[in-house]
Amino acid sequence: MTKVLMKGNEALAEAAVRAGCRYFFGYPITPQNEIPQYLAWRLPEEGGVFIQAESEIAAINMVYGAAGAGARVMTSSSSLGISLKQEGISYIACAELPCVIVNMQRGGPGLGGIQPGQADYFQAVKGGGHGDYHLLVLAPATIQEIVDLMGKAFDLADEYRNPVMILGDGILGQMMEAVEFPDQEAPTVLPQKPWATTGAKGRAPNLINSLYLDPEKLEQHNYHLQDKYQKMIEKETLAESYLTEDAEIVLVGYGSSARIAKAAVDQARKMGIKAGLFRPITLYPFPHQEIQAACQHAKQVLTVEMSLGQLVEDVRYHLEFRIPVHFYGRVGGMIPTPREVWRVIEDLVKEGGAS
Amino acid sequence: MITVFKRPEALTLSNTHYCPGCTHGIIHRLVAEVIDELGVREETIGIASVGCSVLAYNYFNVDMQQAAHGRAPAVATGVKRVHPDKIVFTYQGDGDLAAIGTAEIIHAAARGERFTTIFVNNAIYGMTGGQMAPTTLPGQEATTAPKGRDPLVQGYPIRMSEILATLDGPAFIARVSVHNPQEVAKAKKAIRQAFEAQIAGKGFALVEVLSSCPTNWGFTPVEALKWLENNMIPYYPLGVKKSIMNAEDSQNLAEEG
Repeated sequence: MTKVLMKGNEALAEAAVRAGCRYFFGYPITPQNEIPQYLAWRLPEEGGVFIQAESEIAAINMVYGAAGAGARVMTSSSSLGISLKQEGISYIACAELPCVIVNMQRGGPGLGGIQPGQADYFQAVKGGGHGDYHLLVLAPATIQEIVDLMGKAFDLADEYRNPVMILGDGILGQMMEAVEFPDQEAPTVLPQKPWATTGAKGRAPNLINSLYLDPEKLEQHNYHLQDKYQKMIEKETLAESYLTEDAEIVLVGYGSSARIAKAAVDQARKMGIKAGLFRPITLYPFPHQEIQAACQHAKQVLTVEMSLGQLVEDVRYHLEFRIPVHFYGRVGGMIPTPREVWRVIEDLVKEGGAS
Repeated sequence: MITVFKRPEALTLSNTHYCPGCTHGIIHRLVAEVIDELGVREETIGIASVGCSVLAYNYFNVDMQQAAHGRAPAVATGVKRVHPDKIVFTYQGDGDLAAIGTAEIIHAAARGERFTTIFVNNAIYGMTGGQMAPTTLPGQEATTAPKGRDPLVQGYPIRMSEILATLDGPAFIARVSVHNPQEVAKAKKAIRQAFEAQIAGKGFALVEVLSSCPTNWGFTPVEALKWLENNMIPYYPLGVKKSIMNAEDSQNLAEEG
């Protein structure tokens, strides 16, 4: 294995190819353009297909068709483009189609800006479109972690027959870091998909569908989906805890914000403050037990976000409102600095009494 | 005993939900007969749309995907690119294809996607209750154009076949009708050609089929067929709008048309 210097978007695209993804449908939008640009030349090399669709809506419906036909397929976009895809994502979740959707978030709402943001947290973890459904949401914090999670993302999508979202941001998409790709090639044997539409040769026809006109059947299907989400909650949570064993103030952040928070934690430790960091890697399912363990000695918790307070709501919920949970965030493409976060820690310790 | 008439294998043994006098049933049968005759039932993947034909997946005895409103051409693109050796078709109405799905059909056609679209134009939204469609004729009443479509207020109908025929991607575009047995026979020939264009890998193919909606037009089935002939055909002329199939294929249809 050798280290190569790569942009996050390009590393993600290469990792997807190595995970066996052979179909990509997307539409240009900053700051994720290097993903489609990379796959436009890379997928044909592997006998795959890249299509620049006429819209985000068309792209996600191409994903629906290709996933229903049994392929490993991905789309990517950013914030407002992900909003446009929500109709299709809801259909994909209901029809139980495996696929990977990448959101390199930028500042919103509306047309917003093109600088990094994390204000799509609610949209990502609560469903996003209409109806009761969830995506399985993975939030890498480094480019190496993007690479390491791509194979898992496709495997989870296949295992649960559920869309998986990689929730990144403009920092992760645009920055360059040294990454190592595992030596093994793309999996040659992908999971069997006997439900896929491949032509009804010698079998009864298959149907990919999200329409249930009989309310009893639609309710049953909803319960079936909920059972799946329950299994994810039990089996699929991932998190990193950093210096939390004795931490009296625990910072919580995901993705790029977690890296900023980590620098602030290091500064706090230098100053003799027992600070730690909890970083959820799966945002849905949220690592409930893991955050409880990480905060067992915490007197205060502080979430660090590039939003005006979204993750903080889930943190309060999963800590069962037993510990004061504070919030610090910047938005619109403004990025919190370690110094800003450190000052918030300093103030909280003065006021709240963590040593 | 000789069997002279039977259910095509590409249709399931089920009663349709279509209203009495609706011509969707005829069009379903024509598509199924063509699939049978080409011997591709086990190689075919159909895409159902939203509208009256939303339940088409219950009637075609082939693998099916149900698509969001207007998105069938995008879904078909995904399916066909994964399975270029299979036969893929969409079955869409005029609200689906000519309003909410205009972008998807135009771009699939422009890309020359190698699938076949059956476009059923009955100049009205049937399933939702007779609302104005992009294809509703000037003066035609609809529940959302209660005094009749006034072009100065609601604009003009769209002739999708003519628009699509201007593109380089399509291999075959035709408009047919099913208001009498002769036209039904011609419609079947066009549908067959549209599937043959796909099998030959020549590009996108679409057949627009003028269809009646007695329920929402407020006519008896017989009156509805007459209204179609007298009002729709003058606005939506029948015939092949574009073909890059070999000369004989197009000629046969033109001679009969």
